[in-house]
Amino acid sequence: MLELAIGIILAGCAIGAGLALIAGIGPGIGEGNAVAKACEAIGRQPESKGAVTSTMIMGCAIAETTGLYGLVIGILLIFVAPNLFVNILKNALK
Amino acid sequence: MDNKSLRFKVIDWLLIALIILPLVAGIVLKVVTTPASDSIEITGARIYAVIPMPLQDLIISESQVNSWLVLLSVLGVSLYFAHGLSVKPGTKRQLLAEWAVEKVEGLVRDNMGERFIGYVPFIAAIMVISAFSSLISLIGLRPPTADMNVVAGWAILVFVLITYYKLKGGLLPYVKGFFEPLPIFAPFNIIGELATPVSMSFRHYGNVLSGVVISTLVTFALQSLSKMVLGWLPGFLGDFPFLQAGLPAILSLYLDVFSGLMQAFIFAMLTMLYIATGFPEEEYEARQAKKRARRAAA
Repeated sequence: MLELAIGIILAGCAIGAGLALIAGIGPGIGEGNAVAKACEAIGRQPESKGAVTSTMIMGCAIAETTGLYGLVIGILLIFVAPNLFVNILKNALK
Repeated sequence: MDNKSLRFKVIDWLLIALIILPLVAGIVLKVVTTPASDSIEITGARIYAVIPMPLQDLIISESQVNSWLVLLSVLGVSLYFAHGLSVKPGTKRQLLAEWAVEKVEGLVRDNMGERFIGYVPFIAAIMVISAFSSLISLIGLRPPTADMNVVAGWAILVFVLITYYKLKGGLLPYVKGFFEPLPIFAPFNIIGELATPVSMSFRHYGNVLSGVVISTLVTFALQSLSKMVLGWLPGFLGDFPFLQAGLPAILSLYLDVFSGLMQAFIFAMLTMLYIATGFPEEEYEARQAKKRARRAAA
C-alpha cells in the first residue's frame, strides 16, 4: 500500500513539473514580440541599433521572470518535493 | 611615489594572493567534501556545519562559504585597483579603476538622478558581487546566487531601502498609496508591494540555478554518450569522456557568463529604478524648499 502511495506522489510531482513548464509559453510569445519590434525599429533607424538592442535585452530578461517562476516550481517539484512528501506520508503513517 | 620600490611590489603580490587564494581554498574545500560518485547529482548547496542556536539552528552551507570567499576576493580586487593611486593617472590599473567608477556614476546619474549620487558604492557593490558570484561557476564552484537565501537577502535589503524612501514622503501618503485608485484595490496593492522582493530574488536565482542544472545534465549526458561510444575499449580508454570537451564550455558561455552578467546588471538596474521611483524628484524639491525656508526663518 505504501508503495502505491509513493508511486502516486512521484507521478503527481512529475506531472506537476510538466504542467508548471507550460509557463514558458507566455515569455516565449512576449519576447518574440519584443524582438520583432526591435528589428522593426532597427530597420527604420539603423543608427539607433545600440540603444535599441540593449533596451530590448533588458526587457527580455525582465519578461523572462514569469517563465522562470514555472521553471523554479518545476525544479522544486522534481528534486525537492518527492522527498518532502514521502517523509510527510511516512510520518503520518507512524 | 616610486612605483618600482620593493615595498610596493610586495604589497602588490600580497593583494594578488588575496584575490586568488580564496578561490583556491574554495576549490580545495569542494574537492575535500564532495564524495566520489559516478552518478548524476543535482542537489541544493552542501551543508558544512550546523551550529545549535536557541531559536533556529544556524546552518553553514556551501553557498554561504562560497559567498564569503567571493567577498574576500572582491576585496582583494578592489584593494589591488586602488593601490598606488596618484593625482596624475600613470598606471593602466588606475585608468581602469577610474573608468569603472565613472561608468557606474554615469549609470546612477542617468537612472536615479543627481540626488542619489551617494548610492554609487552600493550599486557598484551589488553589481560586482552578483557578477563575481555567478562567474565563480566557471572554475567549478557552486555559485552562491544559485541559492535562494543569498539572493533573497539582497532583495530584502533593497525592499527595506525602497520602503524607507517611500516613508520619507510621509506616513499618511504611504498608507494612502495602498488605497488607490479605489479602496477595494488595497489587498492587490499590498500583494504587489510584497511581490517586488520575491520577483527580484526569483529572477536572479532562477536564471543562475537553471544554468547550473542544465550544464550538469548536459555534462552527464555527454559522459554517458562517450561511454557508449568508447565503452568497448579496455581500461582507462573506455572511461575517457572525450565528448565532454568543448560543448559544455560553449554552453557555459551563455548560461554562466552572459546570463550571470545580465542578471547582475538587471538586479542593479531594478534596485536603482525602484529606489528612485520611491522618492520622486518633486518630493525632494519640496523638502529642500521647506528646509531652506526653515533655515531662512531661523
